[in-house]
Amino acid sequence: MNYISGKNNLSQPDYTLNHPVNSRSTIFIFILVIFMLHACSDSAWNNPYPNDGTDNNAEVIYSSFKERPKRLDPVSSYSANEYQFIAQIYEPPLQYHYLLRPYTLIPLTASKLPDVRYYAENGVLVDENAVDSIVYSEYTIKINKGIMFQPHPAFAKNDQGESIYLNLTENDLNNIHILSDFENTGTRELTAEDYVYQLKRIANPYLHSPIAGVMRKYILGFDDFRKKVSETYPNSNEGWHDLREIKLEGVDAIDRYTYRIRIKGKYPQLVYWMAMPFFSPMPWEAEKFYAQEGMEERNISLNWYPVGTGPFMLTENNPNLRMVMEKNPNFHGERYPSEGEQEDRAKGLLVDAGKVLPLIDKAVYSLEKESIPYWNKFLQGYYDTSGISSDSFDQAIQFSSGGDIQLTDLMKDKGIKLETAVTTSIFYKGFNMLDPIVGGKSESARLLRRAISIAVDYEEYISIFANGRGVASQGPVPPGIFGNVEGEEGINPFVYDWKFGEPKRKDIETAKKLMVQAGYADGIDPKTKKQLVLNFDTPAAGPDAKAQLNWMRKQYQKIGIQLVIRATDYNRFQEKMRNGTSQIFQWGWNADYPDPENFFFLLYGPNSKVKHHGENAANYSNPEYDRLFEKMKNIKNGPERLIIIKEMTKILQEDAPWLWGFHPKAYSLFHDWYKNVKPNLMANNLLKYRRVDAESRAEKRLEWNKPNYMPLVYLGIFLLISFIPAIIAFRKRERSSMK
Amino acid sequence: MIAYIVRRILYAIPILIGVNILTFLLFFVVNSPDDMARMFLGQKHVTEEQIQNWKTERGYHYPLFYNAEEKGADKLTKTIFYTKSIRLFVFDFGRSDSGRDISFDISQRMWPSLAIAVPQLIIGLLVTITLALLIAFFRGTYIDYWAVVICVALMSISSLFYIIGGQYIMGKILRVVPISGFEDGVFGIKFLILPVLIGIIGGIGSSTRWYRTIFLEEINKDYVRTARAKGISEQLVLFRHVLRNALIPILTGVVVILPLLFMGSLITESFFGIPGLGSYTIDAINRQDFSIVRSMVFLGAFLYIIGLLLTDISYTIVDPRVRLN
Repeated sequence: MNYISGKNNLSQPDYTLNHPVNSRSTIFIFILVIFMLHACSDSAWNNPYPNDGTDNNAEVIYSSFKERPKRLDPVSSYSANEYQFIAQIYEPPLQYHYLLRPYTLIPLTASKLPDVRYYAENGVLVDENAVDSIVYSEYTIKINKGIMFQPHPAFAKNDQGESIYLNLTENDLNNIHILSDFENTGTRELTAEDYVYQLKRIANPYLHSPIAGVMRKYILGFDDFRKKVSETYPNSNEGWHDLREIKLEGVDAIDRYTYRIRIKGKYPQLVYWMAMPFFSPMPWEAEKFYAQEGMEERNISLNWYPVGTGPFMLTENNPNLRMVMEKNPNFHGERYPSEGEQEDRAKGLLVDAGKVLPLIDKAVYSLEKESIPYWNKFLQGYYDTSGISSDSFDQAIQFSSGGDIQLTDLMKDKGIKLETAVTTSIFYKGFNMLDPIVGGKSESARLLRRAISIAVDYEEYISIFANGRGVASQGPVPPGIFGNVEGEEGINPFVYDWKFGEPKRKDIETAKKLMVQAGYADGIDPKTKKQLVLNFDTPAAGPDAKAQLNWMRKQYQKIGIQLVIRATDYNRFQEKMRNGTSQIFQWGWNADYPDPENFFFLLYGPNSKVKHHGENAANYSNPEYDRLFEKMKNIKNGPERLIIIKEMTKILQEDAPWLWGFHPKAYSLFHDWYKNVKPNLMANNLLKYRRVDAESRAEKRLEWNKPNYMPLVYLGIFLLISFIPAIIAFRKRERSSMK
Repeated sequence: MIAYIVRRILYAIPILIGVNILTFLLFFVVNSPDDMARMFLGQKHVTEEQIQNWKTERGYHYPLFYNAEEKGADKLTKTIFYTKSIRLFVFDFGRSDSGRDISFDISQRMWPSLAIAVPQLIIGLLVTITLALLIAFFRGTYIDYWAVVICVALMSISSLFYIIGGQYIMGKILRVVPISGFEDGVFGIKFLILPVLIGIIGGIGSSTRWYRTIFLEEINKDYVRTARAKGISEQLVLFRHVLRNALIPILTGVVVILPLLFMGSLITESFFGIPGLGSYTIDAINRQDFSIVRSMVFLGAFLYIIGLLLTDISYTIVDPRVRLN
């Protein structure tokens, strides 16, 4: 029994009860009230978002994340699920133009593209083409004035201009649990020193920047700086490492808005790194703020609460549930691009030309681990965009009689649209060139590799396992990147013939002939007089992988080779790759930047995995290829570079260190209220260009999500009726036992 | 009884050490500290120096069990096993390999797990006991026969099917609850309805069948016959006598899982996007975060031991004949 009573107050109506209330009734009333309140609200019953009165019509984007981002610090973040957030918050000096193709770098916080000068011995200025005499290059970057950081407690100051939160004690943190518990925030102007500070952070050995290994090869004084940091701060856990006082020879601020990076020799790809979050500014105040005692214990760290100048700031970070980014009130007013490709205007991609970015107020990312609930919520309108998993492919896509892809009627009825793009990635199968059978420079091994290249039918693979979402590779460079040649000229002549206006894989007889020439007639190894056995190392597991591996086995069987699958976990797989104990393996590469160097370096000899711990997992080495690579990487895109690239590609096609595999095609679905969608595979800061028609979305959501509770009512009635015989029987039995 | 409890707690220490050693061995058979560093630092452009630095900062540069380079006790204490395990015994879980406070994360994530598990347990118990009593009442009739068939059928279906089917019917077709998601407070109730309902339905088959067996066993005992002979109605016999005596095995079965409730359910939490502890351990295994894995396994083992202890104590409460010595 629950007794609720209260004294009367004349000024307020008395809502209290002065009679006993049955607890079951209370629960019932409580549940009823909740349902009535919910029924009265203007959102559907199945709406997964809190109805805070703003979401329905506000300019909000709804998306998801599958896995908690490990880090949100631009010095170490390097994966797509981390870039999804930090690329909207941090701003490097450069960015890719949203609409123009080929991918074009444009200034972001910089006032113009970097001014690059090349110097020979004794600081003599030389021409960029005098590659052999260039000793160091100097990049001067001028940033715009008046760019402000997002509001943050690290910048908060009192009336005397002193920082409020940079010298905190444990006591000051007594009531602090999350960042928003700090009452005051402040801001300050972005300066060149902030960029210099971040470059020093990349060099800081305690921060483990993944690009430190690349940058140490180029930035002057990088190793000296690391040494000095280790000497000044021998203990990694001793609080703030003030890097301002330690000089990094190759990086300095010339004035408040200009900084300079000096690198060894010539490295034209540096500008691409300048468009990645690694090169974003970091205010020293933020590092000092988070390094204070007691902060880490409260999980208040730079990895959790980023501080940037970008269009958005992270206002809710609960990666177990939801992450929310809201418009940065201090954003510097960048505008939507006014130029694009020819068809962009017709597609409505220039409707917002000249408008101040960002075009939305907020982006809500919910944790969604499984693809089935995600897909269903997308169809209900609760997510604005979706990829297409294999499970839902047939629901979304159909092929016309001509073989063209199109949306199904279900998608069309909902006004869902499709965008596709060949990704700047490659999934390949590599031969370990250190292996005595498939590797090496012998003609026999080369012919064997070429025979396998023909036998493994990637067109079939794409059709069966990727629902047609991919393009078979002709070489290492994906479409959309300079150096990828289309048409007859671009095919791999060792694997394909040009027939009827498209590449046709050579028939299996050609592969068998190559096997004979290689000394493996009918797949028989002359040494053992038995079928040639090759080993394939893969970290793939699970039922899907099993089907793919069986398929792969059959491809090799076509030319008489017995393929042994050595499936293992990723750790062991990597170990095999490091030790060079694999024979054939599968791997992939995602472009860091749109330059062919970023693909050709995967086969550059001095980059081999076993000898030099590099990314050349096939351990391929060809002096001529290496010489051409060194030449190619220092040349600007143009006819001369293209000629070298073609030569390099020809060497690779002839040597066949990889089965070139395929370039996956990304399919993206989005609702018609979601605007300004154009695939841009290089840029990560795309959220600021997106716009939503929130009113249309709210209407559609209500229309698509009207609850259908009648089946539940019928079910209830059915259950009640089905109990009647039981009740009758029960009573009968009761009566009989009474007698 | 206090002496018994103290003795049981002391017995727990070697068990926990054993569990800890086992977790340690299993984890490091699959993952080496180098693998962990590579997983944390990423796949691209990682250098050997970075890997060594990462290991040193987190104490993974020591040997696993025995440090031959040290002297005296340091041979054992300057090892990964010692440095990572000893504080567990005072429930200081420390920080995860990514720097998060594990105790804080557990304290945050246990509530969503409990929000699902507690109503699921209570309502599930009420439903299954009621159904089992009803079936026991109609024992030997066609109702009993069909109820058992349905129970076996329900038991045979995978929990994944209930989840996907439930989301499809309730969330997609009927649109009466959200397909997945979670919220704190009153608004969050609508997110709990479906997972709780699915959990209950998924558990009906096995629990009802088990409880039915218990009730049937009781129903044929002499005291029930005596009660009937005294003219007590079948309803009273069932609820006052049979239920009370059958509660002993039911209660002991329930008490043992009580402390484990907040450990959550992996599949349910994963499909419903519930930020509970069920997915915490699996995420940690996928990320090769040993600090979280060992903490969660230790906590799970400890709670299981507590559950068993509570079960023993509950025997004395529900059955006065039992004494703990």
